[in-house]
Amino acid sequence: MIAKADEANGGCGAGCSCATRASDAGEATATTRTVEGADPVDVGRRWFMKAATAFSTTVIAPGVTLMAFAESDPAIARPADQPVSSKHRFGLLIDLAKCPSGCSDCVTACSTENGWKLNGRPETDAQWIRKLTVTNRKDGSSFSLPMMCQHCADPPCVDVCPTGASFKRADGIVLVDKHICIGCRYCMMACPYKARSFIHEPLEDQKPHAPRGKGCVESCTMCVHRVDAGGTPACVEACAKAGHSAMIFGDLNDPASEIAKRVATYRTTRIRDDLGTDPGVYYQNL
Amino acid sequence: MLFSTWKKRLLTVVAIAIAITGAMTPVIAGPPQPAKGRGDKCVADTEWMRRNHMTALHHKRDDTVHEGVRTKTFSLTGCIDCHQVAGTDGRAVTVADPKHFCRTCHDYTAVSVDCFQCHASRPGDPVTTGSADSGHHPPGAAADIAALDRYLKEVGR
Repeated sequence: MIAKADEANGGCGAGCSCATRASDAGEATATTRTVEGADPVDVGRRWFMKAATAFSTTVIAPGVTLMAFAESDPAIARPADQPVSSKHRFGLLIDLAKCPSGCSDCVTACSTENGWKLNGRPETDAQWIRKLTVTNRKDGSSFSLPMMCQHCADPPCVDVCPTGASFKRADGIVLVDKHICIGCRYCMMACPYKARSFIHEPLEDQKPHAPRGKGCVESCTMCVHRVDAGGTPACVEACAKAGHSAMIFGDLNDPASEIAKRVATYRTTRIRDDLGTDPGVYYQNL
Repeated sequence: MLFSTWKKRLLTVVAIAIAITGAMTPVIAGPPQPAKGRGDKCVADTEWMRRNHMTALHHKRDDTVHEGVRTKTFSLTGCIDCHQVAGTDGRAVTVADPKHFCRTCHDYTAVSVDCFQCHASRPGDPVTTGSADSGHHPPGAAADIAALDRYLKEVGR
């Protein structure tokens, strides 16, 4: 099994030596890439192989309709002057049986919402969310999945940050405080999901709700500005709009929420759960 | 007679010198006149804002980023929305334009701001979901200002 990034959606962030690079996208069976002086063992691919192999036998859960929350959800809405609380733990559930290979609407929606662009330089481009294609080398069968910050309860990026810029909000959303980020990129090295990227170039015309600038690390914010207003992340909204409804967003701590019910009912997978990072992003049918 | 001619010449030279200097001296501008914001008044007194806006923004940014508090009173996007200056293309000017509200004073006082390396310096499209814009004088503004004022007095600023 190999994991590779869709050509259209870029690959891993800077410094990545794994087979998930977009530059490998053209190869039918990507081999382990080595960068000069780098360890030939491809850790990125190894974990993916492990995860994908472990869960290659999947349980199909038919007859369940995924529901995307429309507009403001009263269960998570909070007055603007109230701080976030650990009462909530926000997460995502992605049903890969409903995630078609050719679709990258979640990536496009994220890019439009947060104002990041791919410049055709996969080693340095922003990587808030990307579509990966996982292929079985033996029979050539493949499926695709969206990969983004997994919003871990025990995030390695937070552990290694020397300034406290990488932090986890009380409600489980992992963010970078760009005011205090010094751009050291330790968090990018620590993240097992290669979910973070560094901004190499000066930017203009950023979105008012998604400030970002040269010299800072960034990643998926779970559309925190929307969540704070009781809304849903842009990717989830776009997925529902495209008719796939493969992604749902919700409060994992609320037993009455759709996401919590599904996680309790069906077999779900968290990628590299063995690392003990306790990710907030669940995959179904992986 | 000789003395008189010399005196005349000196006077002429001095007069010319004064004229040239006068023509070359730039007009000294008065205090900056930043563009008036929308609405009848700012969230706080102008004098208070002149002295404390940076502290207010600093506090607000930590509350917002770390705690998710998204009140409007000292929100940078609120300032940008209210104090936008129309440009020639019909859109609000960015900080690249010297007419930009923030630049008017910051240029005059030679204090550079880093905010706009990351933040948008003009209003963008409104947030599509659950936008809770409550106008120029959001509820709770007075309490926010009083709390920050108390803090500033405590720390002696």
